[in-house]
Parts: sequence; C-alpha cells; structure tokens
Amino acid sequence: MTAIWVTIAALALATAGLKLAGPLALGGRPLPLRALGIVELLASALLAALVVVETFGNGRSLTVDARVLGVAFAVVALMRRAPMIVVVLGAAAVTAVARLLL
Amino acid sequence: MVVEGAPRERRRAGIRRGMPFGVAVFAIAVSFGVLARPLMGPVAPIVMSICVFSGSAQFGALAVLLAGGSAGAAIVAGVLLNARYLAMGLALAPSLRGRPLARAAFAMTTVDASWAAASLGDGTFDPWYMVGVSVPQYAGWVLGTVVGVVIGPVLGDPNALGLDALFPAFFIALLFAEVRGRRRLAAAGGGAGIALALTPVVPAGLPILAAAAAAVAVSKVRS
Repeated sequence: MTAIWVTIAALALATAGLKLAGPLALGGRPLPLRALGIVELLASALLAALVVVETFGNGRSLTVDARVLGVAFAVVALMRRAPMIVVVLGAAAVTAVARLLL
Repeated sequence: MVVEGAPRERRRAGIRRGMPFGVAVFAIAVSFGVLARPLMGPVAPIVMSICVFSGSAQFGALAVLLAGGSAGAAIVAGVLLNARYLAMGLALAPSLRGRPLARAAFAMTTVDASWAAASLGDGTFDPWYMVGVSVPQYAGWVLGTVVGVVIGPVLGDPNALGLDALFPAFFIALLFAEVRGRRRLAAAGGGAGIALALTPVVPAGLPILAAAAAAVAVSKVRS
C-alpha cells in the first residue's frame, strides 16, 4: 500500500512540474518562429502515437484484437460527424460485442 | 477554435466545447476506477484522480503496478507518459501573460483535449478557453473514478465491456479535430509510425514521446 501512495504523490508532483516548467520559465515571451512550426504539428504527432499505442499495444508487444474493430467504428462514426460520446461509447460497445463473438 | 470576447465568455464557450469531452472522460474514468480498485482499494484511486488528473499516466502506472512492478517503475512509466506536457507547456508559455502565479494556475489546467482545442492554429493559445474545456473533464474524471470504484466489484471484467477501447477512440476523436492540411497529416502519420516501431523495443511512454520527432521532421520540410 505504501508503494501505491508513493506512486500517487510522485506522479502528482511530477505532472505539475512538467506542466509548469515551460510557462514559469518563459511565460509571455514568444517562441522562436522555428519552434512555433514544430509546436503547431506536435499535437497531431502525439495524438496519432497515442491512438496506435492504445489500439495495438499490449505491454511491450503489438497485438491485433477486438480493440481494432472498436477503433474502426470510431473512424467511421467520426467521418459521419457523429458526436464524441457516440464515437467513444460505440467503440467500447463494438469491442465488447466483438470479444463476445470472436 | 477562435472565440472573441471577455475572459468569462471565452471560458464559458470552452466549457460548452468541453461537455462532450467530459462525458467521454467520465466513461474512461469509470474504467480506471474499476481497474484500480482491486489493487488500490477504494480511496487511493479517487485521490489519484484528484491530484494527478491524467489518464495516460494513471493507466500507465496502474498497469505497471498490476504487473507486479515497483513504485519506482510505475513512477517512471507515468512520468514518461506525461513528458509530452513539457512540450505542450513550452508551446503554451508565450500565450500566458501576467504574474508567475497566474501563469502557473493556467498551466495546471493543461490536458490533451483542452490544449488541442485552445490552439488557435497559428501556434498561440486561448488560455481562458482552455480552462473552460478542462472544467467538465476534471469533473468527469473525478466523478467517473468514484463511480468506477463503487460499481467495480459488481461489474466483472472491464475488458469484457470493451472499456479498454475507450482510450484509442477518445484520442482518435481528438486527432480528427486536429489534423487539417497535409503537414499535420504527415506529422500524424510519422508519429504513428514511430510509436508502432518503438513499442516493442523501449519502455512504455517513450514511443509516444519519441513521436514528437515526426513534428520536428515535418516542420523542416518547406511547404
């Protein structure tokens, strides 16, 4: 149980530190133009990485399982401009049904 | 997303934008509470959601602890998964004005969806809008964890309910809103490729951080 509380305390402090470092070090001052060009693309790169890791990742290995069908549903729903909650809960439902049938 | 007007109106517009995120985050938090309860008991998962407020770090650390890893390993995994906040904070910094305490207060509300939604598309951010988008997500995250901890023992296997698919679905919805134009598409493709290639070789969290290299590479290509 101690390990759990140590983990919680450390992650709370570290997350705050990571969020605060940039704004406290250079708040209000503009980034160089080159850095802005990178920043503008950063969210796309990181979100795409999160998508593939959460879809195919299984610890340190890659697997194809029912999550893929859930994410495929999400893509189709997004292309049809479905609301966020339909996308997310539909993906879970499709994954659950696929696990039941496969 | 560009909203004109006073801070209060921009914050309110942000809250409206954040509502669907809040519902989605609630569902994800329920699954966190369900998964965490057997290992952490009923109180620790809620405290963690209140104090850490980060899905990727909390799930990452939980996965390590569930696999029998040490607190040290869980902390490293969580920190690596959140290392992107350093880059996001650096991006956000020029848009934050005022005294250090005020800048810190804005910066603390940074989460992926809010940060992406508050991006004005020219490299700057609307901090009041970002605070607004974060409000429903924080409420959803903490409430969802409470619900998960309470219903966990009667729910059974969360994976059987497909709850593990909530995360990629949430992130791909954010990605859809973010990717406009060929350069962002290229950055997304590169980031996905890097993360896939590195997942089998390096510890969890690093592949996501390394995906930032795709943004650097694409930014060097002349348009």
